[in-house]
Amino acid sequence: MRGGTGFRVYAIVYLVFLYAPIFLLPLFAFNDSTIIAFPLSGFTTNWFKELATIPALHGAVQTSLIIAVTTSILATCLGTFAARAATRYDFPGKGPVMGFIMLPLVLPEIIVAVSLLVVLLGIGIQLSAWTVILGHVLICTPFAIAILNSAFQSLDKSLEEAAYDLGETRWSTFWLVTFPLIMPGIISSLLISFTISLDEFIIAFFLTGTEPTLPVYIWSQLRFPTKLPSIMALGTILVALSITLLMIAEYFRRKGIRKTGGKDTGGFL
Amino acid sequence: MDARTRWGRFLRSEAASGLILISPTALYALLMLAVPLAAILAYSFLTDGYLEIIWTPTLANYAEAWGDPLYRLVMFRSLFVSATVTLATVLLAFPVAYYVSFYVAPQRKSLWLFLITIPFWTSYLIRVFLWKVILGYNGVVNSSLLTLGIIDEPLTFILYNVNAVVITLAHAYAPFAILPIFVALEKIDRTLLEASQDLGESKLLSFWRVTLPLSVPGVVAAVLIVFIPTIGDYVTPQLVGGPEGRMIANVIQLQYLRLDNYPLGSALAASAMLIVTAVSLVFLFLNRRFLRVRQ
Amino acid sequence: MKPIIELRDVEKYYGDFQALSGITADIGEGEFFSLLGPSGCGKTTLLRCIAGFEDVSGGSVRIDGKDMEGVPANKRPTNMVFQSYAIFPHLTVAENVGFGLRRDSRPKPEKAAAVAEALAMVGLTGFGERAAHALSGGQRQRVALARALILKPRVLLLDEPLSALDKKLREQMQGELRRLQRQVGITFILVTHDQEEALIMSDRIAVMFDGEISQLATPQQLYRRPVSRQVADFIGVMNFLPAAVSAVNGGMVACEVAGLGRVEIDAEQCPAGAKAGEGSVGFRPETLTMLYEGETAGEGGRGRVAEGTVAEVNYFGDMTYYDVRLDGIEQPLTISMRNVVGRKVFEHGERAQVAWDPGALVLFC
Repeated sequence: MRGGTGFRVYAIVYLVFLYAPIFLLPLFAFNDSTIIAFPLSGFTTNWFKELATIPALHGAVQTSLIIAVTTSILATCLGTFAARAATRYDFPGKGPVMGFIMLPLVLPEIIVAVSLLVVLLGIGIQLSAWTVILGHVLICTPFAIAILNSAFQSLDKSLEEAAYDLGETRWSTFWLVTFPLIMPGIISSLLISFTISLDEFIIAFFLTGTEPTLPVYIWSQLRFPTKLPSIMALGTILVALSITLLMIAEYFRRKGIRKTGGKDTGGFL
Repeated sequence: MDARTRWGRFLRSEAASGLILISPTALYALLMLAVPLAAILAYSFLTDGYLEIIWTPTLANYAEAWGDPLYRLVMFRSLFVSATVTLATVLLAFPVAYYVSFYVAPQRKSLWLFLITIPFWTSYLIRVFLWKVILGYNGVVNSSLLTLGIIDEPLTFILYNVNAVVITLAHAYAPFAILPIFVALEKIDRTLLEASQDLGESKLLSFWRVTLPLSVPGVVAAVLIVFIPTIGDYVTPQLVGGPEGRMIANVIQLQYLRLDNYPLGSALAASAMLIVTAVSLVFLFLNRRFLRVRQ
Repeated sequence: MKPIIELRDVEKYYGDFQALSGITADIGEGEFFSLLGPSGCGKTTLLRCIAGFEDVSGGSVRIDGKDMEGVPANKRPTNMVFQSYAIFPHLTVAENVGFGLRRDSRPKPEKAAAVAEALAMVGLTGFGERAAHALSGGQRQRVALARALILKPRVLLLDEPLSALDKKLREQMQGELRRLQRQVGITFILVTHDQEEALIMSDRIAVMFDGEISQLATPQQLYRRPVSRQVADFIGVMNFLPAAVSAVNGGMVACEVAGLGRVEIDAEQCPAGAKAGEGSVGFRPETLTMLYEGETAGEGGRGRVAEGTVAEVNYFGDMTYYDVRLDGIEQPLTISMRNVVGRKVFEHGERAQVAWDPGALVLFC
């Protein structure tokens, strides 16, 4: 469509406002001042250096990484099963079951957090990294399903039938034909679940044991004004990491489309 | 056909395969979502003893949740904040979604979507914290305005109240609103618009009579996707809301983690969910005419 | 001809919907057999039942004398060419064609030779290393054929293989499929909704409507002696006129055709059997002839002549199709004439004499 300059300007201004706060992160992470305010003082990397010296931070990073990796693997597995069931088969109760599994997408996270807390404590399970994983898998699986749904849908059903017809078993069909073709979806799902888990706060806040995750650690530091600049530094690193992961996910998504000669419909969901 | 063949047939049938495949995930959702939600509901009818729970069902928690003016105030405030945030987000998001769908070349669309969603994937906690930093007494806004000489004293009305909560939430949930609207706009058959213009309508009227009604499912989805999570948001009110900006999630958290009053917390949570569901259903009902359209 | 596939009373239900009922047929070894019918008639369902992708709800499917009940698709001696070709996009052409050989215990060089041979058979020599997703529609189809044939199945099943191709390519492939089938010598079962295609390629055709086989016969029999109006109308073009049967005496049937008068026809011209009462007769367009100046109606004295006005002229280059409104008959009849050099083309509104042969009628009671 022709025209649309007004729209374009609006969209760009919108994007600028969307990114503006994030740009402040590197700005003040390198700023030589303990107060986050203009005008800027000199340039320094002290805040980043300070990060390297805090053992509690390192512990939190490690905990977060373990949780995120485990969550992404579990959520992607569950998501693969569910997406395949949803796109290929019709079974009784399909609508309600799928609706329920996707419910965490629209539930406020606090509800998920408190309800899990109540049950886990009621059974007598101690809070730990595993309880956080349980909660994270619950909220990541719907995302995994959404991504893998579209991966399965763009897969021609006849491909699996053809492999079967040519003598393969259902299992070997999955590994030889289905899995390679949904691989981009699997990678996307892993990366996105990882990112969600890494950044997630409220469920971790409620369900974490003695070893906090990174967001929980950050939360505990927010009340100390002197820590703010190093938090900015940490934030800068986290945002850079997230963006890098997303670019990798996008790269794989596009590569997958190129390799199978499909059409780019834009975006993950 | 004998019983063995029938069983063999069933095992290989579509329904059985589907059920087997969905069972791990469904089971997980059952154990981790259905049971806990039921537990909260159960708790909401019990009483908080000194060291343990008293097992007689009672409506006292609900009486307190609905009766106490403080909780009512917080609930209304939460509804107000969510509604405002939703309205602002969706209205501001629509033109962007429209632009990307109708004016951006197809090969560039995924790039735009990617750029729009990146902020969504960065740490929510960090973003809220940034707003606290931006809106603070010594923060970015105030220090820039002071340096530029526009104001003499720092502004105090931009932080630790409802305004800050609304601004922060609207910023955080902006990408949530764009995507569903974009998807709905993409589904609109462009030849419908051409037909409309061919039949004599101006571009503006074509938008009003064709595009807008067909985009309603996306708008409705966007509204729900913003409204429901924001009403239960904890981090933003806690960081930038101050005492005046507390929302229902903060109150619930208080009951659970500080006051150890699980039954009251559960009653508050259940009540909040009830209200949110009711509002959402009313909203869906009002829009049913547009939602029934299938393309 | 020894039957390689025996279908007995095959039934298929999807919930309450009956997709196939009472399908009984024998398909011979080395035959080019087609399942022909409109969308939704059950032809693809039947093919998939033979392939093993669907279980039959009743009746039996025997291949090579063995009952296929409980035998899954990957163990049946059939291979299928899918409508979408189902070429694995992440593999090369050679990997696609050799896919079914994976479980084969032959050494690699032998397998590679088999792949090369299969590619040569479909005219794709040298395409081995191409990426499968970069092929054109016609090339994909050949890869699908090679991939299926390399496994030397007893029966090759083809699900509307030509429907995605454009006209010229389709006609070319029709010839190639026929040639391929004769060369390889195995049974082909083709599903199509295109009656021209079925007529051109098949040894025998099963015409299906609403889950049942209406007629199973050679193309000639189907065209000349369709067993019902439905079949007659589906295959080629046919003119229908109401007729009343007055008497059936031994081998001759007397009937009154609306607008054309009394006719005596052979009992053989009533494929579904003749009985007194109301019915209709059918004429193929080529059995009616426009008479030019000085011509008389047919040899052997059986020809009759009617007069009418040309209502529509459709010129096709090698043929012209006329819609002629005969005196006394409301609806126009379609007549096809070959365009011969020197003969004129009749014009719209012109009066013409039309010769017709009672021996070419088909009676439907």
